[in-house]
Amino acid sequence: MSLIILESTALLGTIGIPVLIIGALGLIFGLVLAIASKVFEVKIDPRVEDIISVLPGANCGACGLAGCAGYADQIVHGGEAVNKCAPGGAATAALIANIMGVSADAMQQKVAVIHCSSGGHDNTKWKYNYEGVNSCKAAVNVAGGPNSCPWGCLGLNDCQAACAFDAISVDANGMRVIDFDKCTACGACVKACPRGLIQLVPINRNVYIKCSSKDKGPEAKSVCGSTHPCIGCGICSRKCPVQAITITDNLARIDYDKCINCGLCATVCPTKAIQDLLAGCRKKAEIDPESCIGCTICAKVCPVSAISGEVKQLHVVDKDVCIGCERCVAKCPKKAIEMV
Amino acid sequence: MSYLGELFVMAMTAIFIQNFVLSRFLGLCPYLGVSKKLDSAIGMGMAVIFVMTMASAFTFLINKYLLLRFDMVYLQTIAFILTIAALVQFVEMVIQKNAPALYKSLGVYLPLITTNCAVLGVAILNTGALRSDGVTPYNFLDSVLNGFFSGVGFTVVLLAMAGLRMRLDMVDMPRSMKGMPIALILAGIMALAFYGFMGFKI
Repeated sequence: MSLIILESTALLGTIGIPVLIIGALGLIFGLVLAIASKVFEVKIDPRVEDIISVLPGANCGACGLAGCAGYADQIVHGGEAVNKCAPGGAATAALIANIMGVSADAMQQKVAVIHCSSGGHDNTKWKYNYEGVNSCKAAVNVAGGPNSCPWGCLGLNDCQAACAFDAISVDANGMRVIDFDKCTACGACVKACPRGLIQLVPINRNVYIKCSSKDKGPEAKSVCGSTHPCIGCGICSRKCPVQAITITDNLARIDYDKCINCGLCATVCPTKAIQDLLAGCRKKAEIDPESCIGCTICAKVCPVSAISGEVKQLHVVDKDVCIGCERCVAKCPKKAIEMV
Repeated sequence: MSYLGELFVMAMTAIFIQNFVLSRFLGLCPYLGVSKKLDSAIGMGMAVIFVMTMASAFTFLINKYLLLRFDMVYLQTIAFILTIAALVQFVEMVIQKNAPALYKSLGVYLPLITTNCAVLGVAILNTGALRSDGVTPYNFLDSVLNGFFSGVGFTVVLLAMAGLRMRLDMVDMPRSMKGMPIALILAGIMALAFYGFMGFKI
């Protein structure tokens, strides 16, 4: 009996002492850390953590700051605007505004658009056969780039490599296709393109000038592989109902703050350099005969003179001429015009 | 052998001959994970040097005055892990408060290596290590310096790997080889190259 007690005491000692020591060690470390966390406490504004949690966490740098944490810090401490996160868009801006207790200015969702219609296998003219480092940035340094047009796409897909959201794919012809659903307008591709072909365009504007050549007309025509160069003729600029297009250095550019998305420029461009995603899909205006009071406002604002009618008489839209710009709809005082 | 000579042998052994990554195969996770960019590799390397040196010092004391004294060396692993984890946490808090600049460059890497096997490895290897005479066990200073040199060895190969991988990004290679496969092959070739240092007689 006494032997059993003796043995169990020894066993208790063998197990007990190490358990006690390691346990005490853990307890001491725990206490030291607990005290240290109080002594060395760094006060962080809880709003910073909150904002970090609502940001997408892609650290893309579209806001112009070092990552999402850097942006969150600057919103709280640097007075940065809450609507700078492109990937997060309006939803994130609203959440941040809520945390900060300010109102968010509406943020315009944008997408990246490549301003060149060349760069594929069968629509590019080449000066020489480039066999070097597989990157646009490297290729432009070799005799001004392998393609004949010194302004155009080289087709080596630096933009695709730069895209963190997998929004740029390459089709069978080697042309880059941007998926607007995936594009967050972070601007990584804009920076990656050594020729500066990519621009961020408001997602509700669907007319793009697919050329960046500043060469004079004949020169631009001779080097363009896709035969759709901008020759700087200025017809689009003159026809634009809202003067949104300007010609500088033989190149037309659309001011998307003014553009009303009517697509008229795309129909008049002699080289088909302007792409209109909505071509053929636009609805036509139709005037409700019962509501029309014959005020002639719609006829005056129509950029293509598609509306005819006398004062105080019913006006009608010539649907063959109408380009579906919806200007008349916005101006009609009686809301008598519908798009059908 | 003079102590300076002893130090030289220790440094050469820790950095080249018995390199933690390429010869002992410890700490492979950060070696492959943080070697994509040179600047993050530098940050990681500095954090490893720092933690290895600190861990060597503290675990030496724990080992000598606690484990050996109470005859419980068999609990070495668990006691060392506990010590290193607590130490890293503590150091992280201190530098966050007192050296925000240092925290910004090291901060994100410190928690990553809290329980890294290379750090535990240097602590455990220190307890059994002998000086070049083959009899004298490492004293406190030896252990700390060995921790420091081991960290330097880790940093050297991490930087070399990061430099190579940044160059590999520019190379046209089969799709199946891109990324981790070529990194592992590269690690293997580097380990073979470092195997050559075994022939050093110092």
